[in-house]
Amino acid sequence: MALDRITLTRFRNHADTRLDDTAQFNLLVGENGAGKTNILEALSLFAPGRGLRRATLVEMAGQDTGGGFAVSARLDRADGNDPVQLGTGATPDAPARRQAQVNGAACPAIRLGEWLAISWLTPAMDRLFADSAGARRRYMDRLALALDPAHARHAARYENALRERNRLLSGDQDPDPQWMDSIEAQMAEAGAALALGRAMLIDRLNGELAQLPDAPFARPVLTYQPGGPRDAAGLGREMRRQRARDRSAQRSLTGPHRDELAVTMLGNGQPAAACSTGEQKAMLIAITLAHAALAAGDRPGMLLLDEVAAHLDPIRRAALFDRLRQGRAQVWLTGTELPPFADIAAEAAVWHIAKGHAERC
Amino acid sequence: MASQEIEALSAALARLPGLGPRSARRAVLWLVKRRETALVQLLDALAAVRETLVECQTCGNVDTQNPCGICADPRRDRRQLCVVEDVADLWALDRARLFAGQYHVLGGRLSALEGVRPEDLSIPALLARVEQGGVDEVVLAMNATLEGQTTAHYLAERLEAFPVRITQLAHGLPVGGELDYLDEGTLAQALRARRPIS
Repeated sequence: MALDRITLTRFRNHADTRLDDTAQFNLLVGENGAGKTNILEALSLFAPGRGLRRATLVEMAGQDTGGGFAVSARLDRADGNDPVQLGTGATPDAPARRQAQVNGAACPAIRLGEWLAISWLTPAMDRLFADSAGARRRYMDRLALALDPAHARHAARYENALRERNRLLSGDQDPDPQWMDSIEAQMAEAGAALALGRAMLIDRLNGELAQLPDAPFARPVLTYQPGGPRDAAGLGREMRRQRARDRSAQRSLTGPHRDELAVTMLGNGQPAAACSTGEQKAMLIAITLAHAALAAGDRPGMLLLDEVAAHLDPIRRAALFDRLRQGRAQVWLTGTELPPFADIAAEAAVWHIAKGHAERC
Repeated sequence: MASQEIEALSAALARLPGLGPRSARRAVLWLVKRRETALVQLLDALAAVRETLVECQTCGNVDTQNPCGICADPRRDRRQLCVVEDVADLWALDRARLFAGQYHVLGGRLSALEGVRPEDLSIPALLARVEQGGVDEVVLAMNATLEGQTTAHYLAERLEAFPVRITQLAHGLPVGGELDYLDEGTLAQALRARRPIS
């Protein structure tokens, strides 16, 4: 079960790039700026959300082409069913509107996610543990969204209600109590759903991580630390009780927008942010693989690993490849040179990427 | 290049909702070709509306008479009052002629971010209508957006003091909808709002 016959048209620096005869392992090798990550980003558009760079559709369109781009691929299915043709992109006359197609028929972009589960790890995520709590909440939400598409709606609704409440709290006049009641009722409902989605994600990730061996990768333990009561009634009561405090702070201090994801290393219990760069990378890989296994369920899975091999020593690299080989997911790896991939080069489909062109090696 | 007058007409039409510069030019060309027929009719219709347009002092509807046709209609049930955000919502509901009662247009919805406060909406007029008596049921027909639902919740609290039944439009399964295609949020709403089959 894998994507094949992938076409990128006017996508960033790829005017017209085609990748045929894919394998379980797919390597994209080339210099910095050649367009390797752009291919991963194009593939990430088959998942719900904004892709692995969180970029706008206008940014994704190639330069000097008048806007618009297209990415298409054929999903081959192992169960003997007919392949499914997937497509997404934007047209020049509506460059900011995401279009999607399944077997030639237009559909909402979120439907693409029903066909395959995509997880990714990019160098931009290396700072996750040292970054702000907000970055970790966004990370939790992205992972939760892959498990439950409704998660995005709860998050957006909560965020809107929170902005409304904060505006009332920071106004010149004291907030209208009945108006506050009404906003808090919406916040409590959306906030409880949001917290539930995050808590379930962390529970399931920990369950998946517990099944992994202790070596050679450092194993992380995730703890969800809620920023307020997790049930709707409790959250509503707490917001009401804390109105005076929030009014003097001019913002809401209770609720899932104050959630935190704490990560420690199993064994020594050290906070992830205090671990070495290599250990942090290993823990990120462990979380990514655990999430990929969870998200896939009975769908085909796809893993996009940008510049991962270069950061690992040969033992851990070999262990990673072994684990990927056992998994069912199709794997896409990038690197600036081939030697780190020697272990899998024989079984992998390898492309050399240069200036927005892909050449099969 | 068209003359200044024609350009001005194009620009004015292009501002209409649903139109744009391209559609506006097409409409202008069409009108120019029919200057003695369609253009005159349009001109007369616009002038007539301009002359007679008023806002109904009772419900906030836009009509050519005050009170509006709906408020003045003796066949309408005065015991039922349907509250909507905007005139467009009133027209949508009344186009289908499903509601036999009267309406009340708020003129927007509560939004702290857009600076729309309770005093900016026609809430005192609504409370006054209910206080006057004769209303048994207030139907809150707000949009299912965050602001719409906040507004509905707010109105329900303000109306609590009066001896009226307060109801809200149902959220959930659309007519002709298939369960399989609905998102979980809508399904959850539909389940919560389930009712016995009588």
